[in-house]
Amino acid sequence: MTYFRADNLSLHFGGLKAVDSVSFAVEKGEILSIIGPNGAGKSSIFNLISRIYPPTSGKIFFEDQDITEQPAYEIAGLGIARTFQNIELFENATMLSNLLVGRHRHSTTQLWQELLFLPNVRAREKAHRRSVEQVIEFLDLEVYRDKLISGLPYGVRKVIELARALCSEPKLILLDEPSSGLNVEETGDMSFWIRDLKTDLGITVLMVEHDMSLVNRVSDRVIALNYGRVIAMGSPSEVQRHPDVVAAYLGA
Amino acid sequence: MRFLFKTDYEDDIRLFPHSGYVVSYGILLAFLVVAPFVLSSYLISQLVFVCIYATVGVGLMILTGFTGQASLGHAAFLAIGAYTAAYLQQYNVPFPVYFLAGGLLTAVVGALVGFPALRLQGIYLVIATISFAFIVEEVLARWESVTHGNEGMRVKTLSLFGQAVPQNGPTFYFLCLGVLILTIVGTLNLLRSPTGRAFVAIRDSETAARSMGVNVSLYKVKSFAISAGITGLAGVLFAHKLSFISPEMFTLQLSIEFIIVILIGGTFSLHGAVLGAIFLVMIDPFLTYLKDDLPGIIAGIAATFGAGKDTAANVQSNVAAIASANGLKGAIYGVIIVLFVLFEPLGLYGRWLKIKLFFQLFPLYKRATFKRQKIYVKSERNR
Repeated sequence: MTYFRADNLSLHFGGLKAVDSVSFAVEKGEILSIIGPNGAGKSSIFNLISRIYPPTSGKIFFEDQDITEQPAYEIAGLGIARTFQNIELFENATMLSNLLVGRHRHSTTQLWQELLFLPNVRAREKAHRRSVEQVIEFLDLEVYRDKLISGLPYGVRKVIELARALCSEPKLILLDEPSSGLNVEETGDMSFWIRDLKTDLGITVLMVEHDMSLVNRVSDRVIALNYGRVIAMGSPSEVQRHPDVVAAYLGA
Repeated sequence: MRFLFKTDYEDDIRLFPHSGYVVSYGILLAFLVVAPFVLSSYLISQLVFVCIYATVGVGLMILTGFTGQASLGHAAFLAIGAYTAAYLQQYNVPFPVYFLAGGLLTAVVGALVGFPALRLQGIYLVIATISFAFIVEEVLARWESVTHGNEGMRVKTLSLFGQAVPQNGPTFYFLCLGVLILTIVGTLNLLRSPTGRAFVAIRDSETAARSMGVNVSLYKVKSFAISAGITGLAGVLFAHKLSFISPEMFTLQLSIEFIIVILIGGTFSLHGAVLGAIFLVMIDPFLTYLKDDLPGIIAGIAATFGAGKDTAANVQSNVAAIASANGLKGAIYGVIIVLFVLFEPLGLYGRWLKIKLFFQLFPLYKRATFKRQKIYVKSERNR
């Protein structure tokens, strides 16, 4: 009875084993970090969970439901949101419409109602707007509301991507390198927000991260990967001292 | 400069952000209402074509501009709408019924084209839509029991509630204008609701759209259907305006004209579809004028600079030969597209925005405001 579970998950590209029978579980309400050198298969695991790649073998369970065969667009509907390592925002749209796309899984209106913009559509739109506004306030993004994404700096985009994921009101959020490309100060902000996700919003966090200081500050547990296999699992300090992890990063 | 002080979420939802819009669009509407009683019948006829082309432009804008799916097959959708009208008219079906039937049938065909197009992107999608247009053209030419093949079909004068509506009269103009305005309002409604945002999301990043819960395939098909349906409605009006339709009217060149409409107008806004339609409809009489008068003008210039009578006549006939050469129109369209893509990728509406901003910020306008910036490399990995 675990909240989220990956069972013997594998992803092979021909002979390359990007992910090699990885099993792990995420408890409800915890922050779990996945670390590992480049090419260890961290992002691949995320892409398996969000169904961008179909796994070669293995199963994924969320809230005791097998989601291995779910189409990618239904994963968000289940309450799993994600961010991307290289930022995948909707460039030629304002931040507001980016965040409103995050509300997509909560939209209930029919096409013909939208064409006529009936009162129920208007009411839904206002409701979406209200919850988006809460996220904007939570992440201090007020200034950027009507700005086009294409004109915004990298650090801001990173936060907006987190905001868009939060707009879908997820139960589990997958953060792919939330601090990459951020300066020290922005990384500090990010670590507070990730903590707040857990404590204030009760969201379970699964995170891929390279910045060990961020990992140490926020994680409850850490998984270390190398060559697609789990080499260590436990508290941040345990994992960092684990001889295999040291070998993976520094060479044996 | 106006500063918008927003106090309600409604401020972001309404179609006219402030009273200035109401005034300027009100003036435009008043002009359009008065137009048929002031302007010459030739200009009104041109305005009708602007309305029809702009309606197609709005349809194509939904698919290409907002969903990011290129199509060079919209002439075929126009043809399906036009032929539906001509066919149903033979059985005395009333106008409102075959008007909607034309739109609906085209929407269904559009959805059917959308399904195989799901797996295609960019240039491959363009090729697929061109092939679809060729198939339709060929079907129209061969299916003689329904379409009368290459003989074409005569379209009877439109009759609305027992009244004849001749295609050159003001009532037909108002009908086309009404259809255009309703299409634009419907599209704007769509764009401010989840479906429109899903379209834009698909255009900018399919991966992200999918992970936000957008059923990408479903919305692409929806976009194809809506776009085709609008084009089909325009097709019915097109058939009435020309009162005769035949397969060779719905060729690749017409599809390219529709691309020109949105490309030159500006692919990011519905204003672009209307501006592009005005541009395209007005360029035709201009080209005719050039064809008729340019040889004489050039010969005249040559004569002024001391060319003999024979040389001048020679120049005149040479220029006339070039000006009436086959396919010149297509070549000129090509040059126009290339020039716009190179020097004004945002189109006429983009230019208008720049001019507007120039006066709003005077004297602080800087050219870099509209410079395209590429700050980081987008992930190609998840494609």
